[in-house]
Amino acid sequence: MPEQKTVTLNMGPQHPSTHGVLRVVVELDGERVVKATPVVGYLHTGIEKTMESKLYYQALVCTDRMDYLAPMSNNLGYCLAVEKLMDIEVPEKVQWARVCLAELTRIKSHLVWLGTHSIDLGAMSMLLYTFRDRESIIDVYEACGGQRMMTSYIRIGGLAHELPVDFDKKVRRAVKQVNEGLADYENLLTNNEIFINRTRNVAVISAEDAIAWSLSGPMLRGSGVKHDLRKANPYSGYENFDFEIAYGEKGDAYDRYLLRLKEIRQSLRIINQALDGMPEGPYRARVPGVVLPPKEDVLYKMESMIFHFKIITEGFKAPVGSIYQAIESPKGELGFLITGDGSNRPRRVRVRPPSFINLASLPRLVEGGMFSDVVCAIGSIDIVLGEVDR
Amino acid sequence: MGIEEKIPDSIILTTLDKMVNWSHRRSMWPLGFGLACCAIEMMSTFAPHFDLARYGMEVMRPSPRQADLMIVAGRVSMKMAPVIKTLYEQMPNPKWVIAMGACASCGGVFNNYAVLQGVDRIIPVDIYVPGCPPRPEQLMDGILKLYEKVDKESLKDKREDWGRRVG
Amino acid sequence: MEEQVRGFIKDRFGEAVIREDDFRGEQSFYIKQEALVEICQAFLEDNELQVTFLSDITAVDWLGHERENEGRFELIYNLYSLTHAHRFFLKVHLPSEAPRIASLCDLWPGANWMEREVFDLFGVEFVGHPDLTRILTPDDLEGHPLRKDFPLTYEQPQFSWNKDEPPEVIR
Ligand code: SF4
Repeated sequence: MPEQKTVTLNMGPQHPSTHGVLRVVVELDGERVVKATPVVGYLHTGIEKTMESKLYYQALVCTDRMDYLAPMSNNLGYCLAVEKLMDIEVPEKVQWARVCLAELTRIKSHLVWLGTHSIDLGAMSMLLYTFRDRESIIDVYEACGGQRMMTSYIRIGGLAHELPVDFDKKVRRAVKQVNEGLADYENLLTNNEIFINRTRNVAVISAEDAIAWSLSGPMLRGSGVKHDLRKANPYSGYENFDFEIAYGEKGDAYDRYLLRLKEIRQSLRIINQALDGMPEGPYRARVPGVVLPPKEDVLYKMESMIFHFKIITEGFKAPVGSIYQAIESPKGELGFLITGDGSNRPRRVRVRPPSFINLASLPRLVEGGMFSDVVCAIGSIDIVLGEVDR
Repeated sequence: MGIEEKIPDSIILTTLDKMVNWSHRRSMWPLGFGLACCAIEMMSTFAPHFDLARYGMEVMRPSPRQADLMIVAGRVSMKMAPVIKTLYEQMPNPKWVIAMGACASCGGVFNNYAVLQGVDRIIPVDIYVPGCPPRPEQLMDGILKLYEKVDKESLKDKREDWGRRVG
Repeated sequence: MEEQVRGFIKDRFGEAVIREDDFRGEQSFYIKQEALVEICQAFLEDNELQVTFLSDITAVDWLGHERENEGRFELIYNLYSLTHAHRFFLKVHLPSEAPRIASLCDLWPGANWMEREVFDLFGVEFVGHPDLTRILTPDDLEGHPLRKDFPLTYEQPQFSWNKDEPPEVIR
């Protein structure tokens, strides 16, 4: 009888630590991982195809449902892309509000990551703390869009409506809450012996490899590459804000943990600046025929009503050509490639999904390591399956 | 004027149905398994702010063999559908299903080639919770509605029902 | 930086470049299909430009549009230089019949999944790819969903009076 050397083990698609429906087929030699093959697609929703069959306005709602931990970042990316395609300038106030919301979203996403990642590693109570603080950010969402998650608040050419009256108060309360929460997380994890042992020198990737594997976001910066699209190619007025890029050194899971905590701190800084300097002005650009006129005008002015009617029923026609707009989402470089073909529906909407491309490097991270580190590696990539599979 | 008067205080009279339903209802263990965005709201429901533990249900079982309530939280893709069916079949009887969110109920905003138009095409659903995503309160309401439903069940029907579901 | 990239590609691969485009200020080069790997390799190895980051690979289906004359599928390679923070695109038109192109997996390991995705959704074959299989859709799906002739969905027949009729196609 031939001797069996390795064992093949199937993880998922229903597995508590795969953050959804990821499946990994692992080949083991004892406790060592010889080969790991991620199998994705269990949440394939056909979002890109659906967006192509909708008007530019209607397609917006699909973006929320892609990376559902950071819906506003997706809104922002899509709207910036369409604005670039249609050559629209948005008012300054819109930019500042968008930055503020995008950074809140980053915190929100990182909090969920922190909670679930530490649950995977055995720190059960973290989730309770992070979800407690996340609720304060959801309050802001709710005030803006009336929904807890899928707000679609950022629209093409501006915002859905004026910022809520108690926006400032609500955001400041969220900032305060997260700030206090951060102290708790650090106490619980940063010097925690078990946590350090499980994450130090686990899932290491060097800077060269990270670039070759097209990684982005915390995965890239964790290896010491100082690249952040907010600084490199500023969008939506990020050049007006004073913040630092957080980056790691070794490129292991612990570095990425520290880095995300630092990012939360920097985001808080940006939010404070945005609140302090929020300019006055309209909440939507005035581009007749492309951007919906403000609701107040629609009720009283003839032209506005006609434009409103036209945009809602037949949308607007985009020129022929492709544009690409990337933003730094909590997971990495989130890009939208939109191709117009002269009609009122996009010919192609391509989403460059950061977690899909980061996940591709999973075999590189875990092969040769211990089996129990696979869970840590999956967690530290910070995937969200809605975006991986779209 | 009946036999009740002769019975000591420490004994309770009830029907078998009531007792079985009571025990089912009081120890419902959901299968811990999320699909998409709705799963995040499900997690919020279990987390401190909304705290499903108040209903004695915070124990999520990672294995279908130990669970009796399946909350389908999120959209079911064509690739995932067979997996869900297997999971459902692995759960021991009696079992209940909640379809959480528009996608699980009817496909939601995704009327396309990749998404199953409602999980009820492959497994029987007891409660539909609308919303995209439903608020945690809505999910709780759905669960309470399920309790009411369980209370009305009778062993006799169940026997036939199980025969149908399994066979 | 734009000038440098243009100079570089025009100098060394002048005859492979079909045309240049800068729609909305984004630099892109339409190149001949055979030259793709060579050009990418030259960019990757050039120490001055430092185009080391392959950001994305995707495709557009131009079926039924006047652009289809150039080739039905337009492959878009999204290259980025981390040092210069400059992004530009290489675009290749492929014919409708049996679209195939050389794989970039040898240059960038990260290209693996991107190419698999394009294969899965558009049916473009990447020659030299180590594991060209479906990635997002179920293995038994017929056709490639993001092609324009693939219907968005079918309306399933629901009634007794039309159960024998073919389902209505929704695009
Ligand atoms: S119902 Fe809405 S929130 Fe729930 S899974 Fe579907 S798209 Fe996501």
